[in-house]
Amino acid sequence: MLKSIGKIAALTAMLVAGAAHADPIKVGMITTLSGGGAGLGIDVRDGFMLAVKQSGNKDITVVVEDDQRKPDVAVQLADKMIQSEKVDVLTGIIWSNLAIAVVPAAVAQGKFYLSPNAGPSALAGKGCHKNYFNVAWQNDNLSEGAGAYAKAAGYKNSFILAPNYPAGKDMLTGYKRTYGDGLAGEVFTKLGQKDYAAEIAQIRASGADSVFFFLPGGMGISFMKQYAASGVDIPLVGPAFSFDQGILQAVGAAAVGVRNASQWSKDIDNPTNKAFVESFQKEYGRLPSLYASQGFDTAALLLSAMGKADVSDADAFRAALKSADFNSTRGSFSFTENHHPVQDIFVREVIKEGDIYTNKIVSTALTGHGNVYVDQCKM
Amino acid sequence: MGLSLFLEQVLNGLQFGIMLFVMAAGLTLVFGVMGLINLAHGSLYMIGAFACAGVAAATGSFWLGLAASLVAAAIAGVIVEIVVIRRLYARDHLDQVLATFALILIFSEGTRYLFGSFPLYLDTPAILSGAITFPGGFQYPAYRLAIIVIGFVVAAGLFWLIGSTRLGIRIRAGESDREMITALGVDIGKLYTMVFALGAALAGFAGALLGAIQSVQIGMGEPVLILAFVVIVIGGIGSIPGALVAAVLVGLTDTLGRTLLPIVFGTFMDNSAATSTGSALASMLIYILMAAILVFRPTGLFGARG
Repeated sequence: MLKSIGKIAALTAMLVAGAAHADPIKVGMITTLSGGGAGLGIDVRDGFMLAVKQSGNKDITVVVEDDQRKPDVAVQLADKMIQSEKVDVLTGIIWSNLAIAVVPAAVAQGKFYLSPNAGPSALAGKGCHKNYFNVAWQNDNLSEGAGAYAKAAGYKNSFILAPNYPAGKDMLTGYKRTYGDGLAGEVFTKLGQKDYAAEIAQIRASGADSVFFFLPGGMGISFMKQYAASGVDIPLVGPAFSFDQGILQAVGAAAVGVRNASQWSKDIDNPTNKAFVESFQKEYGRLPSLYASQGFDTAALLLSAMGKADVSDADAFRAALKSADFNSTRGSFSFTENHHPVQDIFVREVIKEGDIYTNKIVSTALTGHGNVYVDQCKM
Repeated sequence: MGLSLFLEQVLNGLQFGIMLFVMAAGLTLVFGVMGLINLAHGSLYMIGAFACAGVAAATGSFWLGLAASLVAAAIAGVIVEIVVIRRLYARDHLDQVLATFALILIFSEGTRYLFGSFPLYLDTPAILSGAITFPGGFQYPAYRLAIIVIGFVVAAGLFWLIGSTRLGIRIRAGESDREMITALGVDIGKLYTMVFALGAALAGFAGALLGAIQSVQIGMGEPVLILAFVVIVIGGIGSIPGALVAAVLVGLTDTLGRTLLPIVFGTFMDNSAATSTGSALASMLIYILMAAILVFRPTGLFGARG
């Protein structure tokens, strides 16, 4: 009897010790920390590091490097991280063209890649991989949300514009997929364009009842300021990228009232999100953006998988990731068969809260939304 | 396409062109007078915009910000000229490109250090917000009209400066024969610093004016820099009138091309393909224009040296 109690005690001690000394995991984060797009990378990094810090988990080390928004730099960093740093998991990339350059080679070498942002259709359909997980969205998702909103709002004659590059085309396709037919005009602008006078004149002359635009970063700031000054008052709709917390202050009053589609908002009512918004503000002295929420969720997913399996057992670790057993800031979250989120897409409206421009949710555009590329993916 | 849409696009082209001129004027002077390729000209444009946004946020006055943009860019220009550029006049163009490219990186990261990574807020002054309605119901943003007027005033001022002042005579003399003007007792070092500061102030001014309707962010100067180089090559290096004509030409070509080409393609292609092809070709149009002009006038429209 005594002997067996001793055995159990020893076993328990071993188990506890085993849990405390799980395989340490090394994460390589390649993200944009300099140049014009640095705001996005910094938010993803800060969100990610906040989740790691809050977990108190000492078995995770994160190596952060700046890709300068250049695909060749990102590829070099990935090689370095895989070969000399010996990371187990890669994450961090913001831009679709960089993701397409880095992800296929990394997952082919047996590493896991968790995307906190870019979700190009190329990696969701034929190019999907069992070790690639997207924790943000498939690129089309937010535009599909905007299209669903436009349809529900009764718009029948949209003018749509986006930059002339793959993500821009994906966005317009996504919008048309849920909005349907009836376009007043369709315009592709130059990537990085800052002056939209010509396009705004076309919008004015088109007789449209709504304008859908996907112009991320500085392009969107320029467009909205010029649109507000032009005297055209056709309602604007867009995916959340032109309305994130980082750039709304630069747009100012010109953005107030604009409806935009997002998978996240700071007023999503769940305890995880409330705690996230509060602690992010406390830690960094600014409101989180959707990019920060994506970074936070990516780390939360990784930590949840670490609690279930060792990264050295790739199959078990993959299954742990796939189960998405973590508390997302977005509320409900699960993975499709091609490892992209199933989530709600909300309609937000830009408001002024005190001196700060921010978003509030007005309705839900799509519930439990996945992506259309699942069938093309053979893992 | 209706007449009012066409008129609006012509005004847009003019506004785009005249701001390109303000940006390119300094570049063409520096290139023409000192033989220096200054890639950091776009950084001076950025400094102007950030100075304007910073001062406007602190004081609430856009006009103080605009004045600050001139001063800040001119001071930055003087410092850069004395510390770095002065050592490059005798070097070949490759050294100049390398050194001024390094300046771009230094200015970008320096600005991030001071202002953070997020774009700054800068809005048009209240008096120029909104649109003006012309007789016939044609609307145009007041601020853009003001930019066109300011641009032409700056152009007139530059013509006067170069054509009728003592400084202008020295600048033109420096352009045609550097050794001779030094031999005649003109302090060429001081002249170079002044020209560089003038060009920098103009770039900063353009940055502040455009920053109010675009985005004030790191790296904002580089896309404009490329267009400014196109302008000075078309206009003829060192020529202010050439820069004016070329800038308006580039502005009109780009704006009208963006609107008209998709319509033209739409007459024989389906809509989606027409917008895609049309806008792709429109973005090449100014470079095609540049190539075509250089075939017939290898030194540019107003280029002096053959």
